[in-house]
Amino acid sequence: MMPPVARSRLLRLLQLAALGLTLGACSVIGIPDSPLNSLDPKGPFAERIDNLFWPVFWIATGVFVLVEGAVLVAAIVFRDRKDRKEPRQIHGNNKLEILWTVIPAAILASIAVPTFQAVFELTECGEGAYPVEIIGHQWWFEYRYPAESIETANVLVIPAGREVCASMTSEDVIHNYWVPALNGKRYLVPGQTTLLRLQADEPGVYWGQCAEFCGLSHSLMRAQVRAVTEAEFSDWVAAQQAPPATPAEGTPAGAGLEVFLNRGCTQCHNIDTINEIEQGAFNGPDLTHFMDRGVIAGAYKEYSVDNLKTWLANPPKEKPGSYMPNLGLTQQEIDDLAAFLETLT
Amino acid sequence: MTSAAHDEASADGDGGPALEAHHAEHESTGVENRKLAMWAFLSSEFLFFGALITNYLLYSSRDFAQGPTPAQIYDIPFTSVSSFVLLMSSLTMVLAHNAVSRGDQGATRTWLLATAMLGSVFLAGQVFEFTEFITLEGMTLRTNPAASAFYVLTGFHGTHVAIGVIMLLSLFGLSKRLGGLSDKQFLNLELVGLYWHFVDIIWIVIFTVVYLLTAVPGAG
Amino acid sequence: MTAIADRPTTIFRRPTAETGFWSWITSVDHKKVGIMYGYTAFIFFIVGGLEALLLRIHLASAESNFLSAADYNGLFTTHAVTMIFLVVMPMSAAFMNYLIPLMIGARDVAFPRLNALSYWIFLFGGIFLYSGLLFSGITAPTGVAGIPGNLDPTDTRSFGALPDGGWFMYQPNAGADFSPSTSLDFAVIGLQILGIASLISSVNFIVTFFNLRAKGMRLLRVPVFIWMTLVVAFLLLFSLPIIAIALFMVMFDRQFGTLFFDATAGGDPILWQHLFWLFGHPEVYILILPAMGIVSEILPVFSRKPLFGYAAIVFAGAAIGFLGFGVWAHHMFASGITTVAQAGFGLTTMTIAIPTGVKIFNWLGTMWLGRIKLKTPMLFAIGFIAMFTIGGLSGVTHSVVPSDWQQTDTYYIVAHFHYVLFGGSILGIFGGLYYWFPKLTGRMMNDRIGKVHFWLWFIGFNMTFAPMHWLGLQGMIRRTWRYDPSLEFWNQIVSVGAFVIAIGLLVFIYNFWTSKRRGEIAGMDPWDARTLEWAIPNPTPAHNFSVVPTVHTLDDFWHQKYDEDEEGRPVRKKEADDHVAHLGEIGNHPPVPVHLPNPSYFPVVMAAGLPLIGYGIIFHTSALGKALIVVGVLISLVALIGWGAEPLEEPHSPLAGAH
Repeated sequence: MMPPVARSRLLRLLQLAALGLTLGACSVIGIPDSPLNSLDPKGPFAERIDNLFWPVFWIATGVFVLVEGAVLVAAIVFRDRKDRKEPRQIHGNNKLEILWTVIPAAILASIAVPTFQAVFELTECGEGAYPVEIIGHQWWFEYRYPAESIETANVLVIPAGREVCASMTSEDVIHNYWVPALNGKRYLVPGQTTLLRLQADEPGVYWGQCAEFCGLSHSLMRAQVRAVTEAEFSDWVAAQQAPPATPAEGTPAGAGLEVFLNRGCTQCHNIDTINEIEQGAFNGPDLTHFMDRGVIAGAYKEYSVDNLKTWLANPPKEKPGSYMPNLGLTQQEIDDLAAFLETLT
Repeated sequence: MTSAAHDEASADGDGGPALEAHHAEHESTGVENRKLAMWAFLSSEFLFFGALITNYLLYSSRDFAQGPTPAQIYDIPFTSVSSFVLLMSSLTMVLAHNAVSRGDQGATRTWLLATAMLGSVFLAGQVFEFTEFITLEGMTLRTNPAASAFYVLTGFHGTHVAIGVIMLLSLFGLSKRLGGLSDKQFLNLELVGLYWHFVDIIWIVIFTVVYLLTAVPGAG
Repeated sequence: MTAIADRPTTIFRRPTAETGFWSWITSVDHKKVGIMYGYTAFIFFIVGGLEALLLRIHLASAESNFLSAADYNGLFTTHAVTMIFLVVMPMSAAFMNYLIPLMIGARDVAFPRLNALSYWIFLFGGIFLYSGLLFSGITAPTGVAGIPGNLDPTDTRSFGALPDGGWFMYQPNAGADFSPSTSLDFAVIGLQILGIASLISSVNFIVTFFNLRAKGMRLLRVPVFIWMTLVVAFLLLFSLPIIAIALFMVMFDRQFGTLFFDATAGGDPILWQHLFWLFGHPEVYILILPAMGIVSEILPVFSRKPLFGYAAIVFAGAAIGFLGFGVWAHHMFASGITTVAQAGFGLTTMTIAIPTGVKIFNWLGTMWLGRIKLKTPMLFAIGFIAMFTIGGLSGVTHSVVPSDWQQTDTYYIVAHFHYVLFGGSILGIFGGLYYWFPKLTGRMMNDRIGKVHFWLWFIGFNMTFAPMHWLGLQGMIRRTWRYDPSLEFWNQIVSVGAFVIAIGLLVFIYNFWTSKRRGEIAGMDPWDARTLEWAIPNPTPAHNFSVVPTVHTLDDFWHQKYDEDEEGRPVRKKEADDHVAHLGEIGNHPPVPVHLPNPSYFPVVMAAGLPLIGYGIIFHTSALGKALIVVGVLISLVALIGWGAEPLEEPHSPLAGAH
């Protein structure tokens, strides 16, 4: 049916397409691993999702090759040439049309069934899941452990190998919580509670982020989940429940405590036994065990003395719209304050 | 009464560009352009009010820190009377339409005016009701989301009624000035009639669903 | 019936200009209205494109300070609002306005003055929206002091007060408490005004479709493009009221302190999302269906074969429109809606892929076994099929609900919708521009330069948006001022691609400009086409048809030129060339003079009242604001009354062909 010239052209075309696809695939694979890679599951829920995604992806790729191939073939093989006759004025073909309605429907049905199974299985928290609460603020995550009366921020410490059930809400606008290695994302809605299941197979650090546009510093609102062994978790809980050390007077840390008490910090930051306040909507993170976290500024920056001092010098410059104002601290005050914060292990 | 043939004539100026020197026929539904347009517009308005009513129903089923909610303070007997008034205005509208079909311009004017008056009485009732809610019961736009939903819903409906009253009075005034309504204006009266009946139907839905079905027993 | 005559009751003398500036301001001719829509939308396209380029310059580095966070948020919001409401929708309106009467054999739409009104409301609404830039620093009356936080004095807005809540304006972030700047009020009210324009258009097109088709043009002889405009008109008719309510609710929250979306008072932020997406999803079909219609017109002409499965394509379009109202919460899979809701919407979303697939396969069937002329319009149509397929396939992956929990709010979604909106709508629209250019101007666009444009866009577009798929899967979230440095390389590729697109657009502008002045004269029927609009001269005469046609079949014009042999292949009739020439002759010289609808001042005047009301509402706490509301209402009211009193036709209306 197809003239030989067209057939060899077609073959060459298919070879080109295959090459292009291979190159494309290589380039995809050759992408450096980002900390928020959603294709590298590290827990059962993310893995379940991953197992759904890849078959669908390959089906889609198959359809892609078929359709785009047909487009290319049609455009090239049926291109007008001097010897080409006028084409038969075909109006349709009932059999074909039914086929290409029914076959996609069947493919979609085959995707639908596992999809629905997964939705129902992934939404409700399991029995015996460890309860935590995640509360969204502009632009940091607050974490509470109701069973242990712990309030912390920026880093969610969880026991590895155990399901964690996060009840989530927000104190201001809609945020969402996304740790790609552990599960999909879920909104944090003010006035409502949503649930997210988290479980890490192995101890490690898993990065996350708020992905729901929430204002000026939306892109700087990060999350870190630190999964630890059961023993480490018990130790951590105990450490969190213990009061902080009181810095000695006359030391830089002692001077820093004075700065903390007198320069307005007490309005927003709870530190057990030093400044007990209620966590309100526009307050800042609990600082009782600040040094445990290793991150600052809504988990956006790694902890280092320099980063901390830069932050203290001018928070709105680091995080546009920050509710922590520029307090106009002197360099001495900043140094002392940093020294004080360093004692909050 | 006007048939599809009028669609082609430029005399009734129904908006169809019958610009051909001789009238070639179109494929047409047989419904005049402007009437079809009004039907399309009204179908859109159904969704407009549907969204408002749904919104109210959503909030009426919730509890709020600050009250009262509308369901707690409805005066059903009062609203029943004003609903009846609006319902009667649909009757007078039909009578106006009837009169103009018969060619009785005087009766048309009477019934048009009656419809406008009844609509105005309804509006006055709304104003009275809102005043009571605000001053006596202390429920304003800002009391709680259910209150916001209630006022916005009934406020939009009232605005629609007011626009209808203006249109009715315009037809009345036109008839008075020109000695009666022409063929072209006959269609306009039909259109206003359609609009008016729509506004009434929406009120029936609102009264049933928003007032009667959500009213807390013992309210009013 | 009584014999009461209509006394002329015009308020003042009608405009009479037939050429020049005033003829455009007062025109009610669907062709002029369509052209105005087109040029205005094109200017907004350039504006939206510049916004995109600024964003991409910023995003070329992971920790850039090229734009402040405030500017960045404003630019991505405005880019989206511009492209959706001020480019793709009015571009589609341009085609619909220009072509509907021509393709159904009518002399104008059902309501020419309403048609003009739609355009002027669109223009003034768009200007109103952007005018918010001039009012930075002004706060909505119900904002709460101290929110949202502090800015460093060096962190300034370079672009004044762009609306910055995202085009979807999720509450309460885009409410008065957290976005107190008036910029969002301009967006909210601006969109409200634009919605009125679209609603009026939709009513106009519905009545035109049902009542103004030429004799013999039964429903299943109507061109696919026209069918798609009907579906779009119904989508608009039923989705616009919902967004109107939602916008009113936000406006009342922001201006008057109602509590619809105030979570602290018991309001429901998710309600906003439901209302928005109940509009927002039909909206995306409003954006794609006209382009699908254009492609359905181009493919048969350049394959020299009828559209494969015409009825199926029509029904599939209607099915997509209908089903489009049942999928909205697929934008909300991660928002905390119930499991059952997620499953249900996942199912409906998968279902909508079926009629979409039918269309793609039928288009392929049109090309298959054809005699394909690879002219520029055809390249764009083929490009549409190829790119839209990719966007559609990524859409299917979104419908896998748990997978969407990973994909939503990432660049994977950005990739999807740009493939369908740029690779789909924009490519379709530009294909239509090349195809129908002769009707507008009587000349052909340069085909070689057109091909350069196409390939620049094809390469640039894929460079820009293909990497976004894996950027999203690698965790790059949407609306993100900063991102992880490991993703910088591919972001740079994306940014380069954006500039390639920009160069392609410059090539198009050059081609359009020079072809308009010096392009090859098109003559009659330059493409050997199939539908009625090509049975009249190029450029289109003012009166459209000298003699209103009678239609005997689908693709009636083609069948006037061609018979079919025993194999079903077309054979050009002996008299075809003479027939076409005769059509050209009579097309420019109507045997009987044709009355045209009179121009009118009232559409532009009435439209002018609306932005004044808008300004008044935003500044309603001041006396000036209250006065503006009154003035705006009065202007529109007076225009309305004058309009009502003005007959469509005067005794001395302009005549076509009288000289």
